[in-house]
Amino acid sequence: MAKFLVESGAIIDGFTLGECVHRGGMATLWSVTRDDIAAPLLMKIPRISEGEDPAAIVSFEMEQMILPKLEGVHVPHCYAAGDFARHAYVVVKRIPGQTLYRRLGELPLPYEEARLIALKIADALCDLHRQNVIHHDIKPSSIMFRPTGEAVLIDFGLSHHNQLPDLLQEEFRVPYGTAPYMAPERLLGVRDDPRSDLFSLGVLLYFFTTGVRPFGESETMAGMRRRLWRDPYPPRQLRADYPPWLQEIVLRCLEIDPVWRYPTASQLAFELAHPDQIKLTARSERLKRDPLSTVWRRRFNGNPIEPRSKPAVAAQLAASPIVAVAIDTDGSNELNDALRVAAERILKTSPSARLACLNVLKLARVTIDRTLDDEGNNKHVGRLVTLKHWAAPLKLDESRLTAHVLEAVDPAGAILEFADANHVDHIVIGARQSSFARTLLGSTSAKVATEAPCTVTVVRLPSRAMEAGERKETPDDRSMPVI
Amino acid sequence: MRLALLADIHANRQAFAACLEAARARGAERFVFLGDYVGYGADPEWTVEAVMGFVGDGALAVRGNHDTAIGSPAETMNAEAQAAIEWTRGRLSAPERKFLAELPLTRQEDDRLYVHSEASAPAKWRYVRSSADAGRSLIATDAHITFCGHIHRPALYSMSATGKMTSFVPISGVGVQLLTGRRWLAVLGSVGQPRDGDPAASFAMFDTVSREITWCRAPYDIETAAQRIRDNGLPPVLADRLFVGR
Repeated sequence: MAKFLVESGAIIDGFTLGECVHRGGMATLWSVTRDDIAAPLLMKIPRISEGEDPAAIVSFEMEQMILPKLEGVHVPHCYAAGDFARHAYVVVKRIPGQTLYRRLGELPLPYEEARLIALKIADALCDLHRQNVIHHDIKPSSIMFRPTGEAVLIDFGLSHHNQLPDLLQEEFRVPYGTAPYMAPERLLGVRDDPRSDLFSLGVLLYFFTTGVRPFGESETMAGMRRRLWRDPYPPRQLRADYPPWLQEIVLRCLEIDPVWRYPTASQLAFELAHPDQIKLTARSERLKRDPLSTVWRRRFNGNPIEPRSKPAVAAQLAASPIVAVAIDTDGSNELNDALRVAAERILKTSPSARLACLNVLKLARVTIDRTLDDEGNNKHVGRLVTLKHWAAPLKLDESRLTAHVLEAVDPAGAILEFADANHVDHIVIGARQSSFARTLLGSTSAKVATEAPCTVTVVRLPSRAMEAGERKETPDDRSMPVI
Repeated sequence: MRLALLADIHANRQAFAACLEAARARGAERFVFLGDYVGYGADPEWTVEAVMGFVGDGALAVRGNHDTAIGSPAETMNAEAQAAIEWTRGRLSAPERKFLAELPLTRQEDDRLYVHSEASAPAKWRYVRSSADAGRSLIATDAHITFCGHIHRPALYSMSATGKMTSFVPISGVGVQLLTGRRWLAVLGSVGQPRDGDPAASFAMFDTVSREITWCRAPYDIETAAQRIRDNGLPPVLADRLFVGR
C-alpha cells in the first residue's frame, strides 16, 4: 500500500487537511475542505501499518462499503471513499456537537429525558434497519444529535449490511464490538439479527436511567458470556421510583433471546412514544433477578438462544408492520365494519403487526379551541372508548393495540403526521360515502392516499349503498366528515 | 466503462436476447462472454453467430467446456449434455466450430481476469463450490478481480490482504463495490440455464470506474426456449429444468 503524508495542509484527492480532531485506536479524524463542497467535512483515515490489528483494516473496509450506500437524516452524508490501494479514507459531512458520551458524567438522567433520547435513537435505528443495515456498535460514543434533534449514528466499522458481503463475519472468530453493549447472540456468532441493536439500546437506556451498566464492564469472553444466562438487576431494585413502563421497555430490550425482544425498532419507538399505552407485564413488576434455578437451567440446559433460520432483515421488518386504522366514530356502521375486516386481513398475515386506531377530533379553525373544557375532555375520552369498542372484536392482545385521538383542524394532515412520526407501514382509511360532503370538504382519504409515507388501503362500500345517501345533506353532515 | 458479463448462454436464444436487452438498458458499453455458448439449448447457430458478431466489434470471449467438447469428443460429460453436444455438432458450420475451438481459455484486461471455470487450472473445468476452491483460484492469478461462470450459481468470494476468505451470495440488483484492498472472485449465474432456483436469466454488470458489480436477472420466454428443445429432439429434462431454474 502506498504511503502518503498525513498532516495539516496535505492534499489528498483534492481534499485539504485541516486540524486533526481525533486520534482513535482504529483511525484518525481530520477536518478537511474541498473547493467545490461548502459543507464542513471530516476525513477518517484508518491506522494501517505493520503490526496494527487487521481488524482495523477490515472494519474500515466495511465502513467504506456501507457508508456510501446509506442515506437520510440519521447517518452522516458520505462524500468520498478513497481507493484502498492508494489512500484509504472516507469523507463525511461533519456533524456539529458532541456524542452522547459527553453525558456520562450526568447519569442517571431524568426518566423523561432518557425516554426522549432512547426514542430518537430508536427512530434512527428504524431508518437504518430499513436500509438493511445493522449497526452492531450502538453505544453513547456512536450517537450524535443534529441541531434539529434527530439522532445520527456514526461509526459503521462493525456494521452488517444484509445485502453486501460481510467481511467481518468470516474474518474473526472473536466477536468485535463494545463489550458492555453487545447482544448475547453476538457471542454466538450471529450478525444478521437487527434486534441485536435493540439490546444495545436497552443497555444504554438502563445505564442512562440507573447510572449502572446492566452487565458490568467486563471485556473478557467469560465475563461477556454471563449475559447468555444471567439477567441484570431489574432497575426498580436499584431505584425505587423507577417507572414500571420504563422497566417494561428496558427489560424487554434486554431479553436474552432476540425473539422475546421487540420485533422491530419501529415497534420499540412506538412504545417509547406512547408510554401511557404500554402493556405492563410481569417484567414491569420485577424487583429481583431470576432465581438461580432459572439461571442454571439457561446455563446448563443447552443453548439459551434457539438457533433459528432467519429471514432476511427486510423480511423481518415486513413481518412486523405498524398498521394505523383511521376510524370515523360518527361514520356508518357498515363502513366501520368494513374497516375492521380490512384490518383483520392485514393482521392475520402479519402475526407480529401492531394496530393503532386513530380518530381525529376536529377543531374549528376560527374559534379559540378550548380542548380542556369539560365538553372537550368528555369528547376525547368518549372517542377513545369508541375506538377500543371498535377494536374489541379483533381480540388483539393489549400489547398489539393502541388507541389515539388526534386533535387537529386538518384531519388528513393529522393522520399523515401521525404516520410519519410513528413509522406507520400501512394506513387503512374509509372513503366518505356522501359525494356531496366530499365535494364540499375535500376527501380526507384521497389526501392521505396521495401524500402518505407508506401504503394506504382505502376502504369503500359498494356503490349501491352510496346511492342512498348521495346528494342528500343530512343534519349530521357537519360533524360527520371527520375522516 | 460499463461492462456486461454473460456466462453459460448454452444456446438459449430467448434468454440471451433478454439479457442483451437488459444489459443495454443498463448502459452496457462493452460485452464480455465467459464461455459455454452451446450445449443444452436449441439455438446454437444463432447464439454463436451473435457472439462472433460481438467479438468482431471488440467484445472479449473465452472458451468453456461445452465449446471445447464440440471439437474434442474426448471431453467427458453426463448423458444429456453429451446428447446435446452431439446434436449441436451437426448444426454448427465449420467457421462457427473454428471460432469456438480457437477461443482462448483466459483473457486478461487491466486488472481483470476472465475465465470460464476458475484460474488455477482453466482446462480442468473445476467448479468453484467453496471458499477453498475460490482461494485456490485467487492464489493462481495476480488479477484484482477474476470473473468466471461454469457453476451456474452466482457467488462472490474475496481474499483479504492476510489471506482470509469471505463468501457471499449476491442479491440481484444490489451493487457491491469491489474494494481494492482485497482480491475478488465473481462467479456469474447462467444466462441460458440458471441453477440457483430462479428461472430468470442471470448476468452481471461491472463499472470499471466505481468498481461496482451488480448481478441482474432478466425474465425471458421460457416456454418458447423449452419448446424449441423438445421440438429438436433434445433430452426433455433440459427443457423441464428451465422452468424451475435447477
